[in-house]
Amino acid sequence: MEAPFPKYYLYKRIVQAKLFMDAHFGEAIDLDNIADEAYFSKFHFVRLFKSIYGKTPHQYLIHVRIDKAKECLQKGLPVTETVFRIGFDSVSSFTGLFRKYTGTTPSAWQQQYRERQALLQREPLRFIPNCFAEQKGWTENSNFQEV
Amino acid sequence: MITRMNHVSVFVLNQDSAYDFYVNKLGFKVHTDASMGPGMRWLTVCPPEQPELEIALMQVEEGMMFKDGAAAQMRDLISKGTFGFGVFQCKDLNATYEELRAKGVVFKKPPTREFYAYEALFVDDSGNWFSLGEIES
Repeated sequence: MEAPFPKYYLYKRIVQAKLFMDAHFGEAIDLDNIADEAYFSKFHFVRLFKSIYGKTPHQYLIHVRIDKAKECLQKGLPVTETVFRIGFDSVSSFTGLFRKYTGTTPSAWQQQYRERQALLQREPLRFIPNCFAEQKGWTENSNFQEV
Repeated sequence: MITRMNHVSVFVLNQDSAYDFYVNKLGFKVHTDASMGPGMRWLTVCPPEQPELEIALMQVEEGMMFKDGAAAQMRDLISKGTFGFGVFQCKDLNATYEELRAKGVVFKKPPTREFYAYEALFVDDSGNWFSLGEIES
């Protein structure tokens, strides 16, 4: 197949490394190994990765883990279980990192999410602009908690 | 004076499938997902770096919005690829194109230099067209 753009093979390798991190964020990922798998020197790999994604591979992996942690917390998993799922060993180091990226602790973040979900279930129309709700006929039957 | 837009709707054929496409393939974040009664759902997603823009994924079905066969007409138009809903941006088009293709997103045009941008064209799971452009740095 013809390459769709110049240096396609370089992009393909970097993207595969990124997708590997997306899929294996909960495991102990050795970034040196990823660079090797992608047939790059570590320096070249980090430079290319950053030029494409705006983050070093290490920074990107942290970003993915924080994102996945939020998903676990949204599902109601306890913080200790969340820490384990995203590949951290220590609750305190995870909590510190989570606070650095979100401005709040995992348990406080989870509590805020629960409160929002409870309000959403109780009074969904507070979250929906009227132009959409009116068109759908939702404003005429706002007693959603009984359906 | 109007300053910004914070909600926009995209009409889709199936919200479950659209959820999978926009969240698991495009990488968008779910902003609000609420049941509005039997068979009705308010589902909005945001581009990862633009949480203030909610894209409402509106399932086309008979009801107040689409009456007297309008839903069937609309669904037919969507699935025929009649509608282009907007332009998404990314930092690196080549990488994003490669990643989305690896996830099964169908592109109608590979990255191409146009007068106005470096862009590619893809369709969502319903048949809606979108441009994907690279941010000028």
